[in-house]
Amino acid sequence: MKEISKPIRKVDDQDKIEGKVRYIADIEFEGMLFAKTLRSGRPRARIRSIEIPELPDGYFIVDANDIPGKNRVKMVINDHPFFAEGEVNYIGEPILLVVGPKKETIFEIIEKIKIRYEDLNPILTMEDAERKGKTFIDYEFTKGDPDKAFEMAEKVIEDEFRTGYQEHIYLEPQGVVGICEDGKVTIYGAMQCPYYVKGAVMEGLGWDEDRVRVVQTTTGGAFGGKEEYPSIIAGQVVVAALKTGRPVQLIFDRDEDIMVTTKRHPSVTEYRVGLDGNGRITVLDINIKLDGGAYGGLSGVVLQRALFTATGVYNIPNLRVRGSVLKTNKVPSGAFRGFGAPQAIFGIEMLMHHLAEKLGRVPLDFKMDYALKTKDTTSTGGIIRGEVKLPEIIKEVEKMSDYRRKHKESRKFRGIGLSLFLHGCGFTGKGEESIKGKVTLRKKGKDVEILTSSVEMGQGATTTLRKIVSKSLSIPITQVLYDNPDTERVPDSGPTVASRTVMIVGGLLDSAAKELRERWDEGDEIEVSKIYKHPGYIKWDDKLLKGDAYPEYSWGANVVEVEIDPITYEIEVLGIWAVYDIGVAIDERIIQGQIEGGITQGLGYATIEVMDSVDGELVQRTLTDYKIPTSMDFPKIESKLVRNPYKYGPYGAKCAGELPFVGAAPALASAVENALSVPINRIPVTPEYLLEVLSG
Amino acid sequence: MRIEFTLNSESVSIDTEPQRRLLDILREDFRLISVKEGCGEGECGACIILLDGKAVNSCLIPAGRIKGSEVITLEGYRETERFRILMESFEDAGAVQCGFCTPGIIMTVESLLRENSNPTEEEIKKALSGNLCRCTGYSMIVDGVVRAVKKVKNDGKSI
Repeated sequence: MKEISKPIRKVDDQDKIEGKVRYIADIEFEGMLFAKTLRSGRPRARIRSIEIPELPDGYFIVDANDIPGKNRVKMVINDHPFFAEGEVNYIGEPILLVVGPKKETIFEIIEKIKIRYEDLNPILTMEDAERKGKTFIDYEFTKGDPDKAFEMAEKVIEDEFRTGYQEHIYLEPQGVVGICEDGKVTIYGAMQCPYYVKGAVMEGLGWDEDRVRVVQTTTGGAFGGKEEYPSIIAGQVVVAALKTGRPVQLIFDRDEDIMVTTKRHPSVTEYRVGLDGNGRITVLDINIKLDGGAYGGLSGVVLQRALFTATGVYNIPNLRVRGSVLKTNKVPSGAFRGFGAPQAIFGIEMLMHHLAEKLGRVPLDFKMDYALKTKDTTSTGGIIRGEVKLPEIIKEVEKMSDYRRKHKESRKFRGIGLSLFLHGCGFTGKGEESIKGKVTLRKKGKDVEILTSSVEMGQGATTTLRKIVSKSLSIPITQVLYDNPDTERVPDSGPTVASRTVMIVGGLLDSAAKELRERWDEGDEIEVSKIYKHPGYIKWDDKLLKGDAYPEYSWGANVVEVEIDPITYEIEVLGIWAVYDIGVAIDERIIQGQIEGGITQGLGYATIEVMDSVDGELVQRTLTDYKIPTSMDFPKIESKLVRNPYKYGPYGAKCAGELPFVGAAPALASAVENALSVPINRIPVTPEYLLEVLSG
Repeated sequence: MRIEFTLNSESVSIDTEPQRRLLDILREDFRLISVKEGCGEGECGACIILLDGKAVNSCLIPAGRIKGSEVITLEGYRETERFRILMESFEDAGAVQCGFCTPGIIMTVESLLRENSNPTEEEIKKALSGNLCRCTGYSMIVDGVVRAVKKVKNDGKSI
C-alpha cells in the first residue's frame, strides 16, 4: 500500500453482496421468544389502569415492575423510562412488552389489553412550550460586546429560519436480542455504541459490569438513529429474558420504527444582525430553539453543537449565541448525522444569502468578506489552528460548477446556490477528555487483531481502521483482523458517533501500531493499548462554554443548480458540486460514499422528507407517506477533495462522516431562492411552501 | 393449503396458509436470510426476489400466488457466473455500504439484465427506483451495474 488514500476493495463487501451477513433479525437463538411493545396512545396522560386478559401458557407481560434497578435509561439526561411508570408523555411511549413463542398470539394479546387513561394537558408545539417556559436546557455565551455593538449599529435586520423533522430510515429497523444465562445477561443487536448499551443495562438491572455483555451485530445503517435508542430496547429485552428465562427478540417493523424512534430536532432560529454605515456586519444575535420532544436524552449535547456551529465559517466580532431545548409531548428527538449542525448551518447560510441579496452583493463575495482564517478565534474564543483552505475549496467548486457565470445569468425558475460550512471533528467540548477512548492491538503470530468498540454500520470503519493499522505496521491488510465489538473482548473506545472514528480511534490505532512495530520481535503474543489524550493546546471551560469546542475542523463548499416547474413548483436538481477538506482521505472511495450518501440525505431533508406532528401524533407513519430519495431524484454528484493533513490525525485524516450532510440543504434552498427571487426561510422546500411564499 | 413451487432450481412443497407472505416463507421455512424485511409494504425493495423471472417484493406476494411458479433468491442466484461479475463490479464501484439493501438490488439488476443486456444509465436508475438505499446516494450502485455490463461486453460474452 503506497498511498493510503488509494481505494481498496472493502473487506466486508463480499459477504454483504452474497447476502451471507447476519443482521440481528437473521440470528436465531435456541428457545427464543418474540416480543412486541404496547405503547401509549396519548400524548400526555396518567395511566389509571391496565387490564390484561388471561394469558395462554408461555406468554408474559413485562413492564416497569420487572425492572430491578433504575427505571431510567442512561443517556446524558437520564429521564426516559424503560417502561412508563404511571404516566405517559408521548404517543408511542413504551408501556409494556408482551412476550411469547408465537407472534400472532402476541398480537392477539396486545389487541385485548385495555388501558384507561386520565388525559392531562399536553404541550404540542414549540411555541406553546416556549410560552410556558418548558425547556430541558438553556445555554448562552457571548463574544466581544454585543450590546454595545447593537447600540452602535447603523441598521438592524431580523430574520428567522425553520427546519423540520427528519427520520433516519436506516434500511435495517431497530432490533435486539437479550439472553440471560448463569447470572449474566448478553445483548446482541444493531447499534453504534456497545458501551452506551452496556451502561444503560447495568443501571436498569442494578448489576455490575462483569454481569453485562453487549455484542454488536452487523448494523444495517444507523446515521445516529442507533446511537441512544438501542439502550432503551436493550434494557427492555434484558428484563424480559430475566423474567422468562429464555432469549427474547425485539425487532421493530418499519411503521413502529418511524413512529417511536428518535428524529432530527425540528428547529426555529432567530437572528438579529447589526450593520455599520458601510453595510458591514458588526454583531449577530442568534437564538436556536430545538424541539426536544418528551424526554431530554442527548438533546442538550445536540444544542451545544448547534450553538458552537451557529456562526458557520464566519468571523463576526460581536456575538450573542443562545438556545434552548424545548420540552413537548412528542416523540423524543435525538442524534442524527450532523447533530445540531445542519440546523445551524442552514440558518447562518440562508441569513448570509439574504443579507447579500439585500446589499446587492454576489453571495459568494459577501460571504468571503467574513470567512474564518487561520489563527482567527471561533465564536467560543477557541483558535482555528489548522490551515484554512476555504479559498482553495471555493476556487475548485467555482470552477467545477461555473457558479459565477450561472449566478449572473440566472433567470426565472432556474437558479444556483452555494453553501460554505465546517464541522467540528470528534466530541463537543469535554467529550473526548471524559470518555478517554481506549484501543488495543493484539499480535498473535503473524496476525494482529484490532480491539475497539467502534462499529461498522456501513460507513466503512472495518476497512478504514484495518487500512491504518496495516500501513502503520507494514503488514498486509489480510493479517489485520477486526470483529464486531463484544464488550467482553474490546475496551471502551467510545461510541461510533461525532465523526470521531477515524480521527480519534484511528489515531489511537495508528500510535498503537507504531509501538507494536517497534516491539514486533518481543514475542508471538503482544498487546499494545492506547488511551486518548487531547493535544495539550486544547483548552475548554464547560461552565463558561469558552475555549476550543473541537480539536479540529473539516471544511466544505457545495453548489446546487435547480430548475423549478412554473406550474407545479416541483424542484428539479440539475447539478451538484462539492469540495471538501477532510485532511487526508484514508480511502477515497469510502469517502466518495460518505459524500454522495450524505449529500443525498441532505437534499432529501431539504426537499421531500416531510414529517409533521399533529396533536402529538406523526402524520407520516409509513415509507409510503415519508419519502426518502430514490435513484431517480438527484443527478450524479461531482466531488473533489482538497488535501490538508492534520498533525494529530492518522495519516493527516480529520473528520468526514457528517460534514457532507450539513452543506446540502442551504445550497439547495439558496438555489431555489435564486430561481424565484423570493426569500426561503424553511426546509423542507415543498411545492406547497413555494406556492405559499409566491402568493405572499 | 399445500403449495408446490420451484425454489432456487429445486422442487419444493410446503403446507401453509394461502395468505402468508412469501417473505416469511422464504425466511422462516427455508432460512433464506438474504431476503430482508425493510418495510413490509413494498416500498423499500429489500425483500425483492425473482418470481418467474420478474423482480417482485416478496412481502407483497401471498403464498397462494406462488403455486407452480419459479422463485429465485440471492442464495440461488449467487452460484451463477453473472453474479460473480456483478459482485466484483459492485466492489470496485463502492456500491455497498451497510449491505441491507444489497441483496434486493442485486436481484433487481438481474431482472433488468434478463430483459435488457445493455441498459443505459437512465434505464438502470429507473430499474432501481423501487430499491431504497439510505447510505450511498445511488450513483455508485448505478456505476456498479455499468461496470458489470461493460465487463461482459469486453469479454465478448452476452450477459
